[in-house]
Amino acid sequence: MTVDWSHFTPWSSLVGGLVIGLSTLLLVLGNGRIAGIAGIVGGALQALLGGQGLRNNAVRWLFLAGLIAAPWIWRLFAPLPVTRVDVGWLAVIAAGLLVGIGVRMGNGCTSGHGVCGLSRLSLRSLANVLAFMGAGVVTVTLLRLAF
Amino acid sequence: MSSLIAALSGLLFGIGLLASGMTDPAKVKGFLDLFGLWDPSLALVMGGAIAVGLIGFTLAAKRTTSWSGEPIDLPKSRVVDLRLVLGGILFGVGWGIAGYCPGPGIVAASAGSLAGGVFVVAMLAGMTIHDRLIAKA
Repeated sequence: MTVDWSHFTPWSSLVGGLVIGLSTLLLVLGNGRIAGIAGIVGGALQALLGGQGLRNNAVRWLFLAGLIAAPWIWRLFAPLPVTRVDVGWLAVIAAGLLVGIGVRMGNGCTSGHGVCGLSRLSLRSLANVLAFMGAGVVTVTLLRLAF
Repeated sequence: MSSLIAALSGLLFGIGLLASGMTDPAKVKGFLDLFGLWDPSLALVMGGAIAVGLIGFTLAAKRTTSWSGEPIDLPKSRVVDLRLVLGGILFGVGWGIAGYCPGPGIVAASAGSLAGGVFVVAMLAGMTIHDRLIAKA
């Protein structure tokens, strides 16, 4: 293991994490809900495909509206951070399909199981986090060795 | 009240993701590259988020009603089963391939990243494939 000091951003990442924590605190104390993106998106999407209007899932859609508005509001004050994607289109599509299937099967993602679940000291969430972190490390390592 | 809380929570979540650097897939993959050049940033994002989250969920455990009057509705299942672990593994492989998980994918797409947009469309398709086909099989 070699730490990539040139890309390591301890302070901005810690502050960003604290803001994410504040978001989950607000949603659970304010509305009694888990700030899990996979659950919110998946639930809203299936309700929409099932013929339900936006009103039936207003709190989910409003959470998503806030999430989608974030970069637009950010842009008023500062340039948006750069994004670097190092794989081709087919890989991005395969990744999206796997993430979509995986987070619905496992009932959560980095936010629902990772942030909220670990904050609730949920054993279920810990098991899921270890599975996706482990699979992520193996995948990145194999991709680096292969290409 | 509940509408305002939901929108504000979503906004804070997105701002936190942007500030933390997690909307950049290369930074996420840098964290997962534990045996190569390792960027520990994601650990600090999780640590910071969980530190505040612990306060929120500890307070929530002592209440039955939220500020907006909605009941506090937390998952009750304690079962660690194959679905939970296999779902995590599939998600982790996809996460490792492109460096996007659901939240950062959506924020990156909204920020104008074409790759983020393609990822989100594929993710929505994957969610639908699971909910309509796999979960019912």
